[in-house]
Amino acid sequence: MLGKLDWSAIPFDQPIPLIAGAVVLVGILAVLAWVVVKGHLPYLWHEWITSVDHKRIGVMYILLASVMLLRGGSDAIMMRIQQAVAYQSQGYLPPEHYNQIFSAHGTIMIFFVAMPFVIGLMNLIVPLQLGVRDVAFPTLNSVGFWLTATGALLVNLSLVIGEFARTGWLAFPPLSELSYSPGVGVDYYAWSLQISGVGTLVAGINLVTTVLKLRTKGMNYLRMPMFCWTTLASNLLIVAAFPILTATLAMLLLDRYLGFHFFTNEAGGNVMMFMNLIWAWGHPEVYILVLPAFGIFSEVVSTFSGKALFGYRSMVLATMAICVISFMVWLHHFFTMGAGPDVNAIFGIASMIIAIPTGVKIYNWLFTMYGGRIRFATPMLWSIGFMVTFIIGGLTGVLVAVPPADFMLHNSMFLVAHFHNVIIGGVLFGAFAGFEYWFPKAFGFRLDERWGKLAFWFTFFGFYVTFIPLYVAGMLGMTRRMQHYDVAAWRPWMLVAAVGMAVLTIGVICQIMQIVVSIRNREALRDRTGDPWDGRSLEWATSSPPPVFNFAFNPDVRGEDAYWDMKAHAKQQSHEHDAPEYHDIEMPRNSPTGFVCAFFATIMGFALIWHIWWMVVLGGIGAFATFVVFAWRDHDEYVIPAEEVAAIDRVNLAERRDLVSMAGTV
Amino acid sequence: MAMTATADRAHADPHHIGVVIEHPGPAPKRIVTAYGFWVFLLSDIVMFSCFFAAYAVLADQTAGGPKGSEIFDQRNVAIETVCLLLSSFTCGMASIAADVRNRFWFYLGMAVTCVLGLIFLAIEFREFADLVARGYGPSRSAFLTSFFSLVGCHGLHVSAGVLWLLTMMAQVFAKGFRADVLRRMMCFALFWHALDIVWVGVFSVVYLLGSGT
Repeated sequence: MLGKLDWSAIPFDQPIPLIAGAVVLVGILAVLAWVVVKGHLPYLWHEWITSVDHKRIGVMYILLASVMLLRGGSDAIMMRIQQAVAYQSQGYLPPEHYNQIFSAHGTIMIFFVAMPFVIGLMNLIVPLQLGVRDVAFPTLNSVGFWLTATGALLVNLSLVIGEFARTGWLAFPPLSELSYSPGVGVDYYAWSLQISGVGTLVAGINLVTTVLKLRTKGMNYLRMPMFCWTTLASNLLIVAAFPILTATLAMLLLDRYLGFHFFTNEAGGNVMMFMNLIWAWGHPEVYILVLPAFGIFSEVVSTFSGKALFGYRSMVLATMAICVISFMVWLHHFFTMGAGPDVNAIFGIASMIIAIPTGVKIYNWLFTMYGGRIRFATPMLWSIGFMVTFIIGGLTGVLVAVPPADFMLHNSMFLVAHFHNVIIGGVLFGAFAGFEYWFPKAFGFRLDERWGKLAFWFTFFGFYVTFIPLYVAGMLGMTRRMQHYDVAAWRPWMLVAAVGMAVLTIGVICQIMQIVVSIRNREALRDRTGDPWDGRSLEWATSSPPPVFNFAFNPDVRGEDAYWDMKAHAKQQSHEHDAPEYHDIEMPRNSPTGFVCAFFATIMGFALIWHIWWMVVLGGIGAFATFVVFAWRDHDEYVIPAEEVAAIDRVNLAERRDLVSMAGTV
Repeated sequence: MAMTATADRAHADPHHIGVVIEHPGPAPKRIVTAYGFWVFLLSDIVMFSCFFAAYAVLADQTAGGPKGSEIFDQRNVAIETVCLLLSSFTCGMASIAADVRNRFWFYLGMAVTCVLGLIFLAIEFREFADLVARGYGPSRSAFLTSFFSLVGCHGLHVSAGVLWLLTMMAQVFAKGFRADVLRRMMCFALFWHALDIVWVGVFSVVYLLGSGT
C-alpha cells in the first residue's frame, strides 16, 4: 500500500535531523497559524500564490532562495565545525550523516538558492527593463516557480522522512547505482531535481521568448540594458543545457528503478558517459548562474558611477562568447579520467580562452568607474567586492585548467576553495548586489544602508577567512569531503576556516537585521519617485512598486540607457509629457494552475521516491486534469479601465516632476 | 552636461552603416506562442540528442546478448515509418482545416492522424513485448538499454501527442476555433512534425545503421 515507506523511515535514533525537522515544522505551523488567524489567507491566495504577475513571482523566487540559503548555510556551518573538531577523532557527525550533509549542501545551494535567486531577479526586472507589461507566458511562469518550490520541498522532506543522497551533489555512478546506494537518498535527489528542472526549463523558455519577442518600441537588440543581454545568454544556456540534466537523471533513474545498464559496472554500462553527460550540463550551469550576476554588476557599476557602461558592444560580444564557449569546456571537470593528452590539452586551452571574455568584462567595469562620480552605496560595495574576489577565483580557475596542475589538485580542498571563490564571489555577491539595488523597486522603500554595509564587510572578510585556508589545505594535499583526518598540518587551517564561517554567519545575521530594520523604518526609507538611485534603464521609469501593468504606455526607446535619455530630454524641455491620452489595459488573470500542478507534482514525486505506484498514477492524472481545466477557461484576461490607469500614472508623473528637475545633479 | 554627451552618443551610432531599423514593439500573441514552443522543441531535441549519444556509445556493448541486426525487423519499421510520415501529412491537413474553420475536415484529419499514431504505437509495443518475451529486455545489455530508452522515449512522446490530439479535438468540439485554441493547435502541429523529424533520426541511426552490420 505505501511502497517502501514505513516507520523505519523516520530517523528516531538521530537527534540532529529530528530536532531540526521539528523546529522547522513548528516554525511553518506557527507562520500558517498566524496567517490564518490574522485572516491573511485570502490575500495570500489571491495576491501571491495564484499570482501570474512576473514581479510577484520574482519576489517569491527570491524568498524561496533566501529561506533555502539558511538551510544550505546551516549545512555549511555543520561541515566547518565537523572538520575543525574531527582531527584524529570522529567529530560529532557520523560518516553517513556527514555525507548527506555535503550532498544536500551542494544540491541546495546550486539548485534552490543560486538558481531561484537569479531567476527571481530576472523575472522581476527584465520585463520592466524591456518596457513591457509581462513575460511571454505568465501562467507558465507561475507553474515554473511552484515546480521549483516542489523540488525544494522534497529535498527538505528527506531530512525527516528517509534520508538524502550520500553521493555528493552530482550523484556519480556507480556509487549512486542501486547496488551501492540502495536507500531512497539518491531517489530524493533525482526526483526533486527532475521536477525543479522542469520548472527551470519553463522559466528559461519563458525568458528567452520574452527577451527576443517582447520588447517595447525602439528597443533594438543593441539598446537593451546589459542585464537583458546576460539574461538572454543565461536562458539560452538553460534551454540548451537543462534537457541534458533531465536526460542524464532519467537514465540514472532507469538504472535504479528498472534495472537498465546505462552507468552500471555490469552488462556494458559506461560510468564515464555519466561524467560527460552531467558535466555537459554542469559547466554551462556555472555560466547560467554567473552571467546574470555579470549583468547585475553592469547595471550597478554604471548607475553608481553616473556613466554609461564602458564598451557596451564589447560587453555584449563577451557575454555571447561566454555563452558559446561554456559548452566547450566540460571535460576539464575530469582531466584525470584519462582521455589522453590531446583531448585534455584542447579542453584545457578552451577553459583558459573563456577567461578572455571574462577579462574584457572586468576591464569594462573598471573603465566605467574610471572618471565617474562614484557613490559607494551597498550595491556598489558588493560589486567592487565581487571584482576583487572574482579575479582571485578566476586566476585559480585558470590554474586548474592546466591539466598537469589539475592532476595534483583534482578533488582537493583547493578545488573546493576555487569554486566557492567564483560562486560566492560571483553569483552570491551579484545576487546580493541585485537584491539591494532592486529592493526599492519591488517594495517602494530602500534598505537600511548601515546594516547593509555591515553585512557586506562581514561577508566579504568572512569569505576570505573561510576559503583562503582551504586553498592552503588543498595545497597541503587535503582532499575534499573528509569526515575526519589525521594530518596535523591541516588542522590549523580548518580552525581558521571555522572562525571565518562564524564571521560569515554574522554577515548573514546583519543581512536579516537589515531587512527587519528596513521594514520597521519603511516610512522613513520610502521612495516615492520610483527612481531612488538616479537610474538609467526603464525599470526606474515607473513607480515603486510598479503598478500591475508596469507602464501606462509602452515606452518609446531611442537609444541606450533609455530612461537616462528620457530624463535628459525632459529636463531640456522642462516637462515630461503633455497630458497623455490613456487606454484600457488587458492583463492576464491570476490562476491557481501553478500551485495545483505543483501540489500534484509533489504527490507524484514523493510516491515515486517511495515506490507507491497508485499514488504516482493519481498524481499524474491530477496534473493532466489541471492542465485540461486550465485550457478550458473562457476568460483569461481582465481589463483595467483607462480612468484607473490614468489615476495611477498621474500620481507617478507628479512624484517624478521634482526628480527630473534634479536629474544629473546627484 | 554629461547627460547631453550620453544622449548624443546614443544617437550618433557610429558602427551602423547609416540605417537603424527601429524595433516595432512587442510581437502579437500568435507569434510569441509559436516562438516559445519552438524554443521548447529545441530543448526537447537536445534531450533526444542525449539518448542518441548514449545509444552511439553503448551500441556495441551487447554483453553477449543479441546485436541490432539480429533483432530488428525491417518490415515492421517500414510500416511504422509510413504511418508516422503519413500522419504528418494528415496533421497538416487538419491544421489547414482549422485555419479555414472547417470542422469536418479538421475532425477527419485529426482522427486519421490519431489512428496512424495508434498503429505506430501498437507496432512499437508489439516489438518491445516480443523482445522482452525472448529475454532481450532492456536489462539484458547496455545496447538494449540504450535501444529501449531511445525508441521508448520517442514512443512516450507519441503517446503524449495522441493524448494532446484527443484533447485538441475535444477543445475544438467544446470551444470552437477560438484564437487560443488555434494557437494550441499550431503548437500541437509543430510538436507532431518534430516527432517525425526525430523518428527519421531514430530510423536512420538505430534501424538502418543497426541492420547493416
